[in-house]
Amino acid sequence: MLSVPCPWCGPRDETEFKYGGQAHVAYPSDPAALSDAEWASYLFLRDNPKGWFAERWFHSAGCRRWFDVVRHTVTYEFAPGVTP
Amino acid sequence: MSQAFRRAAGGRIDRSRTLNFHFDGRAFEAHPGDTLSSALLAHGVRVVARGPYTGRPRGTYGIGAEEPNAFVQVDSGPGEPMVRATTLEVYDGLVARSLAGRGELSDEPDHSRYDKTWAHCDVLVVGAGPAGLAAAHAAAVTGARVILADERPEPGGELLAGRAHLDGRPAMDWVRDVHARLTGLPEVRVLTRTTVTGFYDGNFLVAVQRRTDHLGADAPAHVARQRLWHIRAARVVLATGAHERPILFPDNDRPGIMLAAAAAGYAWRYGVLPGRRAVVAGAHDGALWAAVDLFDAGVELAAVLDVRRLPEGQVHRALRDRGVAVSAGHGVVGTDADADGVLEAAWVAPVDGSPRRVPCDLVATSGGWNPAVHLYSQAGGRPLWSADHAAFVPGDPVPAVSCVGAAAGTFGLADALAEGAEAGWQAGAGTHGGGGEEPLPPATDSVADAGAPAACWLTSDLRPDTVFVDLQRDATLHDVRRAVGAGMTSSEHVKRYTTAGTAADQGRTTGVTTVGVLAGLLGLPVGAVGTTTYRPPYTPISFGLLAGRDRGRLLDPERRTPMHERHEAADAVFENVGQWKRPWYYPRPGEDLDRAVERECRAAREGVAMMDVSTLGKISLSGPDVGEFLDRIYTNRFSTLKVGQCRYGVMCLADGMVFDDGVTARIAPDRWHLTTTTGNAAAVLDWLEEWLQTEWPSLRVSATSVTDQWAAVAVVGPGSREVLRRLAPSLDVSAPAFPFLSVRDATVAGIPARVFRISFTGELSYEINVPAWHGLALWDALLAQGITPYGTETMHVLRAEKGFIVAGQDTDGTVTPHDAGLGWAVSTAKHFIGSRSLARADTARADRKRLVGLLPADPSVVLAEGAQLVVDADAPTPVPMLGHVTSSYRSAALGRSFALALVAGGLTLRGETLYAVDAGRAQPVVVTEPVFYDPEGARRDG
Ligand SMILES: [Zn+2]
Repeated sequence: MLSVPCPWCGPRDETEFKYGGQAHVAYPSDPAALSDAEWASYLFLRDNPKGWFAERWFHSAGCRRWFDVVRHTVTYEFAPGVTP
Repeated sequence: MSQAFRRAAGGRIDRSRTLNFHFDGRAFEAHPGDTLSSALLAHGVRVVARGPYTGRPRGTYGIGAEEPNAFVQVDSGPGEPMVRATTLEVYDGLVARSLAGRGELSDEPDHSRYDKTWAHCDVLVVGAGPAGLAAAHAAAVTGARVILADERPEPGGELLAGRAHLDGRPAMDWVRDVHARLTGLPEVRVLTRTTVTGFYDGNFLVAVQRRTDHLGADAPAHVARQRLWHIRAARVVLATGAHERPILFPDNDRPGIMLAAAAAGYAWRYGVLPGRRAVVAGAHDGALWAAVDLFDAGVELAAVLDVRRLPEGQVHRALRDRGVAVSAGHGVVGTDADADGVLEAAWVAPVDGSPRRVPCDLVATSGGWNPAVHLYSQAGGRPLWSADHAAFVPGDPVPAVSCVGAAAGTFGLADALAEGAEAGWQAGAGTHGGGGEEPLPPATDSVADAGAPAACWLTSDLRPDTVFVDLQRDATLHDVRRAVGAGMTSSEHVKRYTTAGTAADQGRTTGVTTVGVLAGLLGLPVGAVGTTTYRPPYTPISFGLLAGRDRGRLLDPERRTPMHERHEAADAVFENVGQWKRPWYYPRPGEDLDRAVERECRAAREGVAMMDVSTLGKISLSGPDVGEFLDRIYTNRFSTLKVGQCRYGVMCLADGMVFDDGVTARIAPDRWHLTTTTGNAAAVLDWLEEWLQTEWPSLRVSATSVTDQWAAVAVVGPGSREVLRRLAPSLDVSAPAFPFLSVRDATVAGIPARVFRISFTGELSYEINVPAWHGLALWDALLAQGITPYGTETMHVLRAEKGFIVAGQDTDGTVTPHDAGLGWAVSTAKHFIGSRSLARADTARADRKRLVGLLPADPSVVLAEGAQLVVDADAPTPVPMLGHVTSSYRSAALGRSFALALVAGGLTLRGETLYAVDAGRAQPVVVTEPVFYDPEGARRDG
């Protein structure tokens, strides 16, 4: 059970959150201008690093805010004080 | 039966009281403080189990959680299969019996209460032996919030045997003092009879507290039997001790063969002689000290064997003082049994020498100590082989976790106390900032080791099929050799192939020994083979405890509409829709589902009927940019909607597949009322908030769930306008004044209401929304009009007759709006979420699965939902599958069965015959348009 550091509520049990996948994947400003491959890349392709990873969480059973954290995919450690 | 093996005095038992219990049908006595094992040994009962496959008699082997043999079935109280006799505290009236392998689950319900609790602490100390007590005390002195958990009935750990001294006094005096000090501190909680069973991410640990099992019939009714603790700890100190491991030899499973420290423990902790004449065989000093303890308890030492050859050390002198010589370089190479299969002699031999027979009733064997690295390992640590310890010990440190005492391979009492105190102090100071002075660990007599432990796994491999590497699984050296012969080199593979280490004891006594044996067979260093993975739970947890009170009606929250009690009073049959209880149908006396639904459908199509639709997801949207936002969310345009109008909308995920649908109304220029399907309400709100927060924060929109704030009733049928006219006299219900897809605020039956003119049935209908607390009054007012209530089954028939889909039933995440026949609701003039995906060539493919209707050739056949559709039912496998049935009902209006389906090619197959295959039967069906009833839409306006 991860203890997820919500920037609004403090550390809370993982069960209060929804995972939002990789952070900083912006919705394309003009999807129609993208090729099918580029659009598929936005839809389906995400990084899968072994190590630190910027990712999104949603405090769905708490303050209902989305936020970003940096978490280590091996140790599951949340980088302290990082506001990505 | 007399307690012939009970010593005259000593042990942590209350001899002033006698408890009566039954084992295998015979009556016995025990004292408070006894376990079933100690009480049976006191009576000289040696056989407590049988090998599950060999049927060989087995006796108590250990003294705690490591026990591999003595699992019993408890029949008294709530009953429990497979309880360790070594930790089962005897209570008055206990009834237990021996097992051969598995226990039996009772088929009676367990009426015990189990509960759960959550706790946070600065420092969790696991294990209340000397190192754990020192750690907890040192941490507590800093002012930190401390939880100390120990699986035994009282703190003390190995000191419970009572022979050690600290500060010149019996060590248990120190234990008592520290315990009293800890329990007196407001921020310290001491949990006894509490096993920490799992170490999960983020220093989240789970513990099982046994609260009443030891009390039998005296258990207070208000106390839950067991409690599951979820503990989040800033720091964790693991003082989990070590497990003694045996040395293997042929016929090493006979009752009377025990671990050496366990044997000594029975003598001193329980005042029970585990035998009268012992052969002690070991590979480390601890085995020899156990021999001293056994001798001092009155056990005759027939032989003391050490596989090592050492110069005389302190322990040798202690034995010599007692007239006992150590046979260096010797081991046990076999045993003999009496007619009952119980040990009567050991065969003793020097290395590679010829054996001699030594009559005895106890073989006390000890190959060393395995630090209990289970929790450390679960925390992400990797145990490493230490040649100095001849054991796997904790390797690299895990952040915020320290291992102390025997769990860290620190076996000397003085060192363990110092290590515990230091770790506790650091943990407390690290989380709490410190305060007070670090307490000094108590002084202890120093004991010099005679020599390092030897890594000795077995002393004879003759007759390998009688050398048991796992007593509970009856797995033998022969099995391990077979595994190696089959090419296995990994301890994980050998474990699964031989089952050694997979039983309820998880190989705590012999798991490392098996690794050592395997390493020998492979010619590899032990560390190169490595242990198997330690996984939670450390000891078994009952499902009853995991369920706690989340069972029966409390399993999941139950959501009820404000009208629920009326549905119950009408004898509605309910169905679960998510957490909602929804009326499925309202049978009248003598009616089954089909007949009730037929009557309800007729009322809706021919008169007037009503449905409680309060469960529909409702989201209030406000702000000046809602229209723009909805244009991006929905496939069709909403910004053009005028106040007082509503519109059906479809939303897609970014991949272009249908996500949800519903009707959204504009209540005011900047206030909107959006509805979702019942099951998707939470997901849609999450979806809206995600886009508002993460991509379009500049849009001035706020979204709030109002599902529970509104009760809603759909009033359906040609008679619905007349009903509304009567109940809302001030509302102009004429078709021109209140047209289809509009919304009006009105007073209905004296209640402030919001009335939507929408239809999910094709009939003239109104959905009357009122504040939830008026829901029951509205329902009653409508009932008083003589309106027929209908349930979800009728709703499904009516909507399917019209070809209206239910998102999630007729769609499955691979269906575009066009596939579902909703292309009319997809705007090509604007961008929306999913629009780019719908521009792909793939979503325009002609052979995509599309929504169609099906008419079974036999009109009495209701197809199974999910049935696969094929062209040729007799085609050889694999049969190409064109699609599947998504909705299937019997229609009163059509006088026959019908279905909706997703079929590759869709309506290009109109008029063709396919086969719906279910459970091996193929039903011919004809493909039709998906709208079966009133395709012109003439009935909508009444
Ligand atoms: Zn929060």
